[in-house]
Amino acid sequence: MSMELRTSPHLVSDRSVERIMKHVVLSLLPVCAFSVWQYGLSALALLLAVTATCLATERLFNRAADQPSTLGDWSATITGVLLALTLPPAFPLWMGAVAGFVAIAIGKVLFGGLGCNVFNPALIGRAFVQASFPAAITTWVPAFSAQRFTEFAPTTFTVPLMIPPDVADWVKQQAVDAFTGATPLARWKFENVTASAWDFLSGAVTASAGETSAILILAGGIYLAARKFMDWRITVAVLGSAALTAWLFQMVDPSHYPSPTFVLLSGGLMLGAVFMATDMATSPVTPLGVWIYGAVIGVVTVMIRYFGGLTEGVMYAILFANAMAPLIDKYTQPRVFGARQQGKKQ
Amino acid sequence: MKAEVKLDDLPLQDGEGRKPSAAPARRERAAHAGRRSLLFRLASLFRSKGTFAHGIHPAYHKETGSLPIRRLPFASHLVVPLAQHIGKPALCCVNVGQEVSRGEVIATADGRISLPVHAPATGVVEAIGLMPAASGKMEECITLRVYQADGQEVRVRKPRDVDAMNRQELLAAIQHTGLCGLGGATFPAHVKLDVPAEMGIDTLVVNGAECEPFLTCDHRIMVERTQDLMRGIRYAMRASGAPRAIIGIEDNKPDAIAAIAAALPDDGSISVQALETKYPQGAEDTLIYALLGREIPAGQRPAAVGALVNNVMTLAYLGRLLPAGEGLVERVLTVAGPAVESPGNYIVPIGTPLRFLLEQVGATSSAKEIILGGPMMGMTVSSLDVPVTKGTSGVLAFAAAATAGEAPRVYPCIGCGECVKVCPRFLNPAQLGLLSGKREYVEMAAQFNLDRCFECGCCSYVCPSHIPLVQQFRVAKAYNRKNPVT
Ligand code: SF4
Ligand code: SF4
Repeated sequence: MSMELRTSPHLVSDRSVERIMKHVVLSLLPVCAFSVWQYGLSALALLLAVTATCLATERLFNRAADQPSTLGDWSATITGVLLALTLPPAFPLWMGAVAGFVAIAIGKVLFGGLGCNVFNPALIGRAFVQASFPAAITTWVPAFSAQRFTEFAPTTFTVPLMIPPDVADWVKQQAVDAFTGATPLARWKFENVTASAWDFLSGAVTASAGETSAILILAGGIYLAARKFMDWRITVAVLGSAALTAWLFQMVDPSHYPSPTFVLLSGGLMLGAVFMATDMATSPVTPLGVWIYGAVIGVVTVMIRYFGGLTEGVMYAILFANAMAPLIDKYTQPRVFGARQQGKKQ
Repeated sequence: MKAEVKLDDLPLQDGEGRKPSAAPARRERAAHAGRRSLLFRLASLFRSKGTFAHGIHPAYHKETGSLPIRRLPFASHLVVPLAQHIGKPALCCVNVGQEVSRGEVIATADGRISLPVHAPATGVVEAIGLMPAASGKMEECITLRVYQADGQEVRVRKPRDVDAMNRQELLAAIQHTGLCGLGGATFPAHVKLDVPAEMGIDTLVVNGAECEPFLTCDHRIMVERTQDLMRGIRYAMRASGAPRAIIGIEDNKPDAIAAIAAALPDDGSISVQALETKYPQGAEDTLIYALLGREIPAGQRPAAVGALVNNVMTLAYLGRLLPAGEGLVERVLTVAGPAVESPGNYIVPIGTPLRFLLEQVGATSSAKEIILGGPMMGMTVSSLDVPVTKGTSGVLAFAAAATAGEAPRVYPCIGCGECVKVCPRFLNPAQLGLLSGKREYVEMAAQFNLDRCFECGCCSYVCPSHIPLVQQFRVAKAYNRKNPVT
C-alpha cells in the first residue's frame, strides 16, 4: 500500500473556478438569446465575434507565455459575452474584435491574468472602443425589425479601419414605428422624455443588446445567487443605492428627475449590477466592504447620468469602484473574533 | 442563567483607576462577557439552537453513528508510546522481558504536567526503544507481546469512594488514571481541571458537538455510556469548582440529546443544549460562543470568560475509570472512510498498530490516505506501524479520489471572498494567502492576525481556486516561530 501524505483539511467542497464561471455563462445565455431575438443576425454575429476574439486573445497570450491554456476556466468567455452585450447590436464586427482584444490584453493579461486584474476586463474593452469610436458606439438600430433574421445591419460588416456607413436609410426601410435612434437615457437627458417600465421590460427601446432584458438578467442573477455563485449583496447594494439616490432627487425636483424605476431599468444598470459589479476579482471581499463598494457604484452611476457629460454612467462607476476596491478592503478588515472592540488594534 | 446574571451585575471599573490586583482584570472580563451575552441573548430569542457566525456545512458522512460500539481483538504486539499527552513524556518503569498485566503502570508520570501509562494488555515487554509515531518522527515506545490465551480483564484496579475525596485527592486520582483530552487535544485532564479558584470558573462546557465529518465515537459514547458521562461531569465539576455544566450537542444527534436529557439530575446543575450542525462547532471558542455567548479574548484560554471545556469522551472515561481505580488502557474510536469495508466505532487497546486495526475492519487496497482524527483537522500518517494512542479519535482510510481528488487545478485567488465568509475567527484568508505567496510572513502576523488562525480548514475547504491556504499558513507560522521579530 503506497501511502499519501497530505496536510489537513482532507476534504474539499465541490466548488471550483470552472464550475462558478460555467454557471455565470449559463445564466447569461437567456440574455443573449433575447438579444438575438430582438436584433437578429447582427447581434448574433457580434456576440460570436467578440467572444471568439476574447478566447483567441487569451490563447495567444498563453502561447506567448508558454503556459497551458486557460480557456478552460471560462473567464474569457464571460468577458466576451458581457462585452458583446454592452455594445450596440449593429456595432461593426471589426470594432467588436478590437474591444475583445483590448479587454483581454489590457484588461486582464497585462495585470497578470485571472484574479489579478484590477478592473473588469469587459468594461476596459468597452471603455476603449467608446473613446476610439464615439460615433459607432452611439449608432443604434431598431429592435424587432422585420428582416432582422434575413439581413445584417449595413454597419456589421464594415471593412476594418473604415468608417461604418450611415444607417439612417437602412433604418427607414425597416419600417419600425417610432424609432428615434437614441437611447431612453439620451432622450431623457436631452429631450426630457422618459420611457415607461413596460417599454423596458418588453424590449421596445433602443439600446445595446444587454440593456433591454431586465427580467432575464435578474433571473440569471437570482439563479447565481441561489447557487451561491454570486455575491447578491453587491447587486442589492448597487440597485438599492441607485434607487435611493434617484428617489431623493425626484423628491427635490419631480419635474426634472425621473423615477427610480426608470433609473433602475434604463441603460446598463441591471447588467452592471448583476454581472459586472459582482465580478469577483475586482470587488472587495470583506463583509462591510461589499456594501460600500455596491453603494459607491449605485450613487456614482446616478451622479454621472444626472450631472456628467455622458448619458450612461454605469461603466465608469464600476471602473471607479474597481479602483477603490483594494482600498475598501484595506479599511474594512473584519474585527477578528476575540479582539476587543474598542478600536484598539492588537 | 443565574451565574451569568451575577457577572453582569458586577460594577464596571470606569473611573476607579487601575489597581494592581486580579480584581480589575476579572471585572473587565466580566463586563466583556456581559456585553456579548446581552447581544447573544437578544439573538437567542430568535433561535432555539446555539451556534456561531461563519463556518461550513461539509458532507458529514455520519453513517457509523447508528452502529453500536464493538470490541476488536488484540493485536499480537502493542506499541505504547511514552509521550501520548502534552507535557513531559512518562518515565518507563519496566524492563525488557518483564511480564506485565493489563492495567498495570508501565511508565510513571514525570512531574505535574505529565501522565502515567498503563499496560493495555497482559503480556511481556519485548522491546523498549524508538518506533515510528504519528508525527512521522521516531518516539520512545514500549512494545508488548500480548498473551493471546489470556482473558485480558483488567486485574490491576483499586476501587475507591470518589465522593469521600477532597479536591486535591480527586485531582491526584485523575492523574493516576492517565487520562488526557481524548478529543485529540491530549492535554492532561487533571491539569486542565485544576483551575485556580480566583479564575472563577462558572460553567463546565461539555463538548459533545463532534463537528468533524465521519467521526461518531463521541455520539456513541453519549448514547451508550450516558451514566459514565454524567458521573464524569459531576467529578469534573467538583475538581474544577464549576457550579454548573452545559452539554452542547449538534442537532444531527437527536438520540444523544434525548439520552442525556433523560439522565440529567433534578437539581438543574447540568443541562443539555442543541447546537446547529456546522463545522467547527466543537472548537473551544466557537462552542463557548454558541452556548454562553461569550467571546474568548484573543490569545487567552476559556477560563478568561469563566468557562472550561471538556470533551464528552474524556468525561465518560473519567466517570468510568475514577471509581474503579483503573488506568486508561483502551479507547473508543471511529474507523471509517470510503476505503473501509466495515466502518464503525470500536474499542481499541492503546498501542494497537494501524495495520492490524485496518485489517480487522477490512480496509481495501484502494486506501491511499490514512488520517488520524477527523478529515478537517486530522493528519495523515506515513506508516501503518504507527499505533493508536490516547488522543486518536478516529482512523479514516480514503482512496485518493475521495479526498482532495486528482490534484485539482490550483488557480490564482479570484477574490470570491468565500474564505472570508466562512472563517470562524473572522480573518481574511484571501489576503493572508496573497501575502504568503509573496513570503511576507511577518506582515501576515502583524497586520492580518495570522496567529489567530487555528487551522480549522474552512477556508481551504471552500476555496474554488483550490489554494492550499491552511498549508501556506502553517508554513508562515513556522517561519515566524523560527525567526521571531525582536
Ligand atoms: S484555517 Fe485559519 S484562516 Fe482558515 S478558516 Fe480556519 S481559522 Fe480562518
Ligand atoms: S476562497 Fe480562494 S479564491 Fe476565494 S477569495 Fe478566498 S483565497 Fe481567493
